[in-house]
Amino acid sequence: MTEEQVKQIVIDIINEIAPDEDTSNLKSEVNLRDQMDLDSMDFLDIVMELRKQHGIEVPEEDYPKLASLDSCADYLTPKFNA
Amino acid sequence: MNRPRIVITGVGLTSPNGNSISEFRDNLLRGVANIQEIDMRYMGKVPAGVCDFEATKYQSRKELRVGTRAGSIAIYCASEAIANSNIDFPKYDKDRIGVYIGTTEHGNVETENEIYNISKFDYDTRYWTHHHNPRTVANNPAGEVTINLGITGPHYTIGAACAAGNAGLIQAVQMLQLKEVDFALAGGVSESIQTFGIFAGFKSQGALAKHDDPNKASRPFDISRNGIVVSEGGCIYSLERLDDALERGATIIAEIIGYCMNSDASDYVLPNPQRQAECMQKAVQSSGLALSDIDLISTHATSTPQGDIQECKAIREVFQNCPSTYINNSKGFIGHAMGAAGALELAGNLPSFHDNTIHPTINIETLDEECALKNLVINQPLKVDSVKFILNNSFGMLGINSALVLKKYDE
Repeated sequence: MTEEQVKQIVIDIINEIAPDEDTSNLKSEVNLRDQMDLDSMDFLDIVMELRKQHGIEVPEEDYPKLASLDSCADYLTPKFNA
Repeated sequence: MNRPRIVITGVGLTSPNGNSISEFRDNLLRGVANIQEIDMRYMGKVPAGVCDFEATKYQSRKELRVGTRAGSIAIYCASEAIANSNIDFPKYDKDRIGVYIGTTEHGNVETENEIYNISKFDYDTRYWTHHHNPRTVANNPAGEVTINLGITGPHYTIGAACAAGNAGLIQAVQMLQLKEVDFALAGGVSESIQTFGIFAGFKSQGALAKHDDPNKASRPFDISRNGIVVSEGGCIYSLERLDDALERGATIIAEIIGYCMNSDASDYVLPNPQRQAECMQKAVQSSGLALSDIDLISTHATSTPQGDIQECKAIREVFQNCPSTYINNSKGFIGHAMGAAGALELAGNLPSFHDNTIHPTINIETLDEECALKNLVINQPLKVDSVKFILNNSFGMLGINSALVLKKYDE
């Protein structure tokens, strides 16, 4: 799986959990919370959907690695390809 | 003690047959019920009252996903009540608003959903949602209202089984009289059709309605009635002290002039007509009226074989010498909206103050002789000379009884 595909998976999850947000022009390098109205509960939703939909486990100490789409791709792509 | 007078200045509601007081009233007068069959998890088809209001009118899609159905119903009804009250809400001091919402129960729906959800993951609790606790705390529906509307005054729900709608209103009256708040949003909500447990519980108890035609499943006082139709719904009122309402030029819908709540102290489910009779008597007494002043009694009867008879016994005992007191029931139209029932059924009757018409009790093909109350308005609306005082009954499990007395407001 490529980093772009992983980013799209994260965007698809955001579309489910924050359906009022426009995700069409997200900047990959910018913190997601600086671009959208996402709170800590939303990030827990992202973690839960990664677990439910893809069997990916994100330990609590790694939550900061989901800050931006780029950091998500860096962190999650090896997990998807493991 | 000279207590401040408390009035209703706004109504917001959603019921299976209407999403505003005018639509609801119109359907009550025209005899239009709206009960449908829903597919209930583990149980199959059951009759239920389903509301179809525009939830996104006041909530984002994200709020709807995160919150509960009870919260959504409460937000819709509270927002409609505020709009109806014509108060300048953006400028109003949000610290001085209280939210008091009655519920029969809360948390069953969300807990059942999560157990069902983790059953798909071999009951691994890592898949249990972090939304569970904020969704299931007992104050959830009232708390969602405060978050949505930015209200910083007190909020809580009042767990009072199916007397909860009246209990919410009584709490608002008391808090306004104590001047704890200046504006109250109060009533009741129900999301109960989302939980199989309530349906299965009534079925095990032999108290779940069944009929080939869902619109005839709920039929209080009919000889063939066989149980409750569970419904969702909500009704929230805005209430103020009369002086404040007059000062801002509010339209006054009705005045709450008396109430009573008491307890059967006798059985978990079977009502006690003696305590119900006392509840009605004390409510009327607290209003300063004579029993014969009551023009209309909105009954609680839920279409169970026993419960309807018990309430009729209580009414016969108290109102036997009141030839001009009429009686009706709303559950044939909308089923039993549980925690919302008291507040919702009252809203359906409040327009009587102006149209001098009693809406009928429908679905009575053969009246049960034990429920044959004098002046029971059956199947057709009844025009009367005037309606000035309404007694609104609402009773619930564990023997909780409530009765409110409403007065037409004359300038």
